[in-house]
Amino acid sequence: MDLFMLMLAIPLVSGALLTVVGERAWAPNLNIIASLGTFLASALLTAEIVAAGPRFAFGELFFIDSLNVFFVALTAFVGLTTSIFSGPYMRNEQEHGKLTAPRLRLYKSMFQLFMFTMLAALTTNNLGILWVAMEAATLTTVLLVSLYRTPASLEAAWKYFILCGVGIAQALFGTILLYFAAERVLGETGNALLWTHLVGVKGQLEPTIMALSFIFLLVGYGTKVGLAPLHNWLPDAHAEGPTPVSAVLSGLLLNVALYAILRCKVLADGAIPGGFAGNLMMGFGLLTLVVAAFFLSRQKDIKRMFAYSSIEHMGLITFAFGMGGAVANFAGLLHMTMHSLTKSAIFFTVGHASQKCGTQLMEDIRGLIKINPVIGWGLMLGTLAILGMPPFGVFASEFMILTHAMKHHPWATPVLLLALGVAFASIFGKVQPMVFGETHARPLPHAPAITPVFVHLAIVLMIGLWIPPYLTRWFHEAARMLG
Amino acid sequence: MNADISLSAQLINLFASVILLLAFAMLAQRRVLPLINLFALQGLTLCLSTLVVAFTTGQAHLYGSAALTLVLKAMLLPWILHRLVRQLQVRADVEGLINIPTTMIAGIVLVMIAFNVALPISQLSSTISRGTLGIALATVMLAFLMMIIRTKAIPQVVGFLAMENGLFLAATSATYGMPMVVELGIALDVLVGVIILGVFFFQIREQFDSLDIRNLEKLKER
Repeated sequence: MDLFMLMLAIPLVSGALLTVVGERAWAPNLNIIASLGTFLASALLTAEIVAAGPRFAFGELFFIDSLNVFFVALTAFVGLTTSIFSGPYMRNEQEHGKLTAPRLRLYKSMFQLFMFTMLAALTTNNLGILWVAMEAATLTTVLLVSLYRTPASLEAAWKYFILCGVGIAQALFGTILLYFAAERVLGETGNALLWTHLVGVKGQLEPTIMALSFIFLLVGYGTKVGLAPLHNWLPDAHAEGPTPVSAVLSGLLLNVALYAILRCKVLADGAIPGGFAGNLMMGFGLLTLVVAAFFLSRQKDIKRMFAYSSIEHMGLITFAFGMGGAVANFAGLLHMTMHSLTKSAIFFTVGHASQKCGTQLMEDIRGLIKINPVIGWGLMLGTLAILGMPPFGVFASEFMILTHAMKHHPWATPVLLLALGVAFASIFGKVQPMVFGETHARPLPHAPAITPVFVHLAIVLMIGLWIPPYLTRWFHEAARMLG
Repeated sequence: MNADISLSAQLINLFASVILLLAFAMLAQRRVLPLINLFALQGLTLCLSTLVVAFTTGQAHLYGSAALTLVLKAMLLPWILHRLVRQLQVRADVEGLINIPTTMIAGIVLVMIAFNVALPISQLSSTISRGTLGIALATVMLAFLMMIIRTKAIPQVVGFLAMENGLFLAATSATYGMPMVVELGIALDVLVGVIILGVFFFQIREQFDSLDIRNLEKLKER
């Protein structure tokens, strides 16, 4: 069977299967096996694309090139580690009486369907289907955010649905305008939404329509990326949903939404002279970065704080892609990878830490290093990594973004440095007493799965010290495609 | 331009105006059941206008879109919403706190903005229905306004769906509709979305004993 079809079929089928079999003792293992299958298929697919170049699937409906295969591999990998993490985590939540068996069933099947929608969004060649898959990704996660059925989680899920729904409606209008611009060039052949066709004629697309279209697309998909000022859903959804959901929302969904913007940016850049799309992205990126950095210092809830940190990093990445060019694009892609891995690792440790202490309030989480040194060190190292301390990979990408900004957009440097500094002070000042300090925590009924944390951090560390040559080639290739 | 085309162009403009009027009517409707009926009527008008475009231009796939609109927006979604209202027993819900004259004036301003934004684009379009692009954008914006001012959950969702109606009108007026596979996908998303929201309403009600979303304003930055 074709690797690509396999990769899409596994999460879809296993999602249905997990609904049918319900909550059994082996259901978490089935979830892991399905995620492992998806990951293996995507890894083999990546090897195939790297060796043989881009390819289509299902006619021209799906298209895999070096840009999206990189996101596919990352998505499948974080999906796998999250499913490993979520096994004992969700069992503990059940023992604590926060979740019931039917909700665990809902969680697992929706998790797999969520993976399916994200992989479909990443690999589709049709910008309309991209929209459909992005909206479907919201729909699969709405009920996951409200999984605990507490007043706060219901509110978070409602906000998530309405804000992202409104945002994505803007993106649909942008897509309609894009289709309109494309149809004038490509004719009514039904190819006018296919990215591979669009990219060939991007120079002929009407600039005024494309400018308007890109604004709508950026605001629309930007809502899902968490770009200010429409970022309000993100901290709520991350803080109130179960931790594995926070990990995949932060590590994967934001990336996929940003990927959608990148695909559209390539077209807008071709059509509009003068770097209009890039400037817009730089503006939104900087605004987001600053807003998030200053909100960071006021947080009391640990998951909320790291959610704001995600917004901050998404702002930085958007800024990097806004600058454009080989170096900035390379740095942006690297930063996306590093952020996904580090942030999901942090959410894994945060999940266990708050489970142990029975709260998400940071002032009540103390002395993790005494309760469980592994979790304590995991959180400490993860925090150092996300704050951009050398030798972790985030340092490498942030350094590249900063130096590139200094060289080409010096006016932005003070803003970047200020925001990064504020973020560092806020996060580090709060994590330090949580890791060290006195404690009164209880043991967990199921031993936490902590391996994923260190696998993620090890990769981040390795990339900080040494990027394997095939990875460099791959990033270069993808960065070149972004122009 | 022969008489036939000009007649259908007028029909399309007429239907588009009816859609806009219905958007205003929905904005001013305080009760939940008439609101759903207005939404169904808007879906029906949308279907008729798509049919006229399909008939005039001979675009076969637009008949499919029209059928999809009729089934989904004029029948299935209003039916689901009616069912929800019955099961949730919110038939008597009335929005108390909206100031209708002010809302209407805000709506008129939005329509003017929408027409101005759409003007340069519709001039570039060659479709028979290009004049309605401004109306489509106005419908989207009015639905948006409705979502902002409503405090009950079901009217907010109706606003969300009305926004989708406006987007659909935009797609048919600027380009004779999106490719069928995309339209089917969008329809599926909307349907699944409403079903999930239905589940969600019960969760909200169970927790708060009402569907007033002012209960959902606790999570804020302090």
